[in-house]
Amino acid sequence: MAVTDRVQSPPPNTNQRASRDKSVKRLAFSQKVSKWDVKLSPYLYISPFFVLFAITGLFPLAYTAWVSLHSWNLIGGQGKFTGLENYEFVLAQPFFWNAVGNTFSIFLLSSVPQVVVAIAIAAVLDANLRAKTFWRMGVLVPFVVAPVAVGLIFNNLFADQAGLFNELLTGIGLDPVRWHSDSLASHAAIATMVNFRWTGYNALIFLAAMQAIPRDVYEAATIDGAGRLRQFFSVTVPMLRPTIIFVVITATIGGLQIFDEARVFDQAGLGGADRQWQTLTMYIWELGWGQRNFGRASAVAWLLFLIIVIIAMANFLITRRIATQGGRR
Amino acid sequence: MHSRARITALSAAAACLALALTACGSGGSDNAGVEGETGTEDVTLSVGTFNEFGYEELFKEYEELNPNVTIEHKKAATSNEARDNLTTRLAAGSGLSDIEGIEVDWLPELLEYPDQFADLSDPAVEGRWLDWKTAAATTEDGQLIGYGTDAGPQGVCYRADLFEKAGLPSDREAVADMLDGSWQDYFDAGKKFVAASGGTAWFDSAGATYQGMINQVENAYEDDDGTVIATENPEVKDIYEQVLQASVTDGLSAHLTQWEDDWVASFQSDAFATKLCPGWMLGVIEGNAEGVEGWDIADVFPGGGGNWGGSYLTVPTQGANQAEAKKLAEWLTAPEQQIKAFESKGTFPSQVDALKSDALLGQTNAFFNDAPTGEILANRATAVEVTPFKGPKYFAVNDAMQQALTRVDVDKTDDPASSWEKFVTAVGAL
Repeated sequence: MAVTDRVQSPPPNTNQRASRDKSVKRLAFSQKVSKWDVKLSPYLYISPFFVLFAITGLFPLAYTAWVSLHSWNLIGGQGKFTGLENYEFVLAQPFFWNAVGNTFSIFLLSSVPQVVVAIAIAAVLDANLRAKTFWRMGVLVPFVVAPVAVGLIFNNLFADQAGLFNELLTGIGLDPVRWHSDSLASHAAIATMVNFRWTGYNALIFLAAMQAIPRDVYEAATIDGAGRLRQFFSVTVPMLRPTIIFVVITATIGGLQIFDEARVFDQAGLGGADRQWQTLTMYIWELGWGQRNFGRASAVAWLLFLIIVIIAMANFLITRRIATQGGRR
Repeated sequence: MHSRARITALSAAAACLALALTACGSGGSDNAGVEGETGTEDVTLSVGTFNEFGYEELFKEYEELNPNVTIEHKKAATSNEARDNLTTRLAAGSGLSDIEGIEVDWLPELLEYPDQFADLSDPAVEGRWLDWKTAAATTEDGQLIGYGTDAGPQGVCYRADLFEKAGLPSDREAVADMLDGSWQDYFDAGKKFVAASGGTAWFDSAGATYQGMINQVENAYEDDDGTVIATENPEVKDIYEQVLQASVTDGLSAHLTQWEDDWVASFQSDAFATKLCPGWMLGVIEGNAEGVEGWDIADVFPGGGGNWGGSYLTVPTQGANQAEAKKLAEWLTAPEQQIKAFESKGTFPSQVDALKSDALLGQTNAFFNDAPTGEILANRATAVEVTPFKGPKYFAVNDAMQQALTRVDVDKTDDPASSWEKFVTAVGAL
């Protein structure tokens, strides 16, 4: 009762004061909002990436780890908790180590020539050509072709008995290469498909970086009497170092996850009767979808993840070394 | 006012979207399953098949008979591809066709998850198929998960022109007489042929020939209770050694892997003279050997009759139009329709009435030198004595075995002994 009374009979001048209070409060609120704006907005602006990453990257990663600790059937779903049994099993499998070897072999056969050839192509494209855009778009065409389509075309070329490559080889009196039997030959064939697809793409990245090199450096080199080749090795390549590192890292990640080209290399898609070209991702596929053992497949997926992390760290250390060396110059 | 109207419209649209999403998320709880009404609403039915089911013309016919139905055909090139697709989408819980074709070899795995497939048992179809065909697709509780389409009774396809050149009898009856008997007789005839053929092999692939032999063994890889005995079973090892002896040591194989590019191309280059052929293989040979003359088929199969493959149509429970799908599957697998599929692609019917029908028995195949393929395959179907037991690991073990054979026959990376060791390891890892 007393409380209501007090409110009901305010002093005559409080009305004015209250309204002034209100406007002060409103000012304080808008200040607060602008303070939040300054403090929080940047995080809000970058949050879509992290939210998406959490949903599509982090969650699957954690869930895969969870699956790998269980016996888990593709259709039947979760079974009992088995701890590290799946990892033990997988690490004892000769097919696993074979797949590790194949993955690195195909990766090296594809990435190394790819980077070297891409730089060479970029250097040519950087020269003063007629119909520049045509040539530049031209190198990107293979990238537009779907990997499975590339696989189908190259399969025809690499067929052991009826393929074009072997017909050409026997035509000039050489022995045919056993593309689908010999391990290294199959790696070379698959690496060819990968290179066909990615070289042009990398060449364009190198080209962009080359065009960012200031032209006066070249002019200075020309005045110093450096020829085209000397300019390429002493000016272009050193100036491209950060781009080369970027391309090597993306090629590493892609190369260790190679799947499509190797999978369509024959009809069964398991990497050959003796697993001559079975990569780690194909081994995951075989375990998960062929044998329907999701637990073991997830264990391999996590081991692959760890391998990539190790390689990425090695890359990082090498990169830092190169960067500091570059600084000392 | 204007902006308020827009906001109202937008929120209405959002509400609709939300409704649509819930409808989607509830997984069609208002679905009447296979017992629903049919023939009223317009529906689009997707049908997933692989290789050659011979249904292209039948789909058109069904669409004319049922104007409310539009059929969308999804055809996979190989059965492995279809199996991967089926498994992935079963696991994902969505994305399967309304009707999915499956091969007899996958049944043991799929029967472990009967609630993924609609129960198709129906008094209307009782007794439609050969008993063993229905039994293989029925669970212990009597749920029928698939309608049988074709069966794979096998004969021997051969190149009459190449036989003649090598001095072997070339007409159907004489060839059947020559090859009648055991597998050894078949291989012996091959040795005679290869000696005179000037480079043409006797059969296409060790794996395919092995498939014919292993399908005559009742418990090849597993005991009736599902225990894997593949690596200890002397019968399996004997067949393995016999087929590799013939393929590699005696040089009877063209060293090809079935379905590979080289295998497909070899039909155009006289690479081999005989091939074990179940009914569904006739269409494949005709396609691959287009323009080649001389193919014929003999009414014989070494070692007794043999059945290779054969398929079923299933209706996955994740589909929205199960009643319409069941109706279509029932229609497609009726004897009359299966005879038409046989006429179009040589897929041999598994329906009792179809086997007796004049339309089937009078069927000839122009590509195979006008051979009475209907009569020959019907004879081959009655010659089948053994229904091999196929447990949950059958598919995987057989795959490992095919790879073991390929290593020796095609890749030549191993000898029979070392490849067997790898097979034992692979089976142990299943």
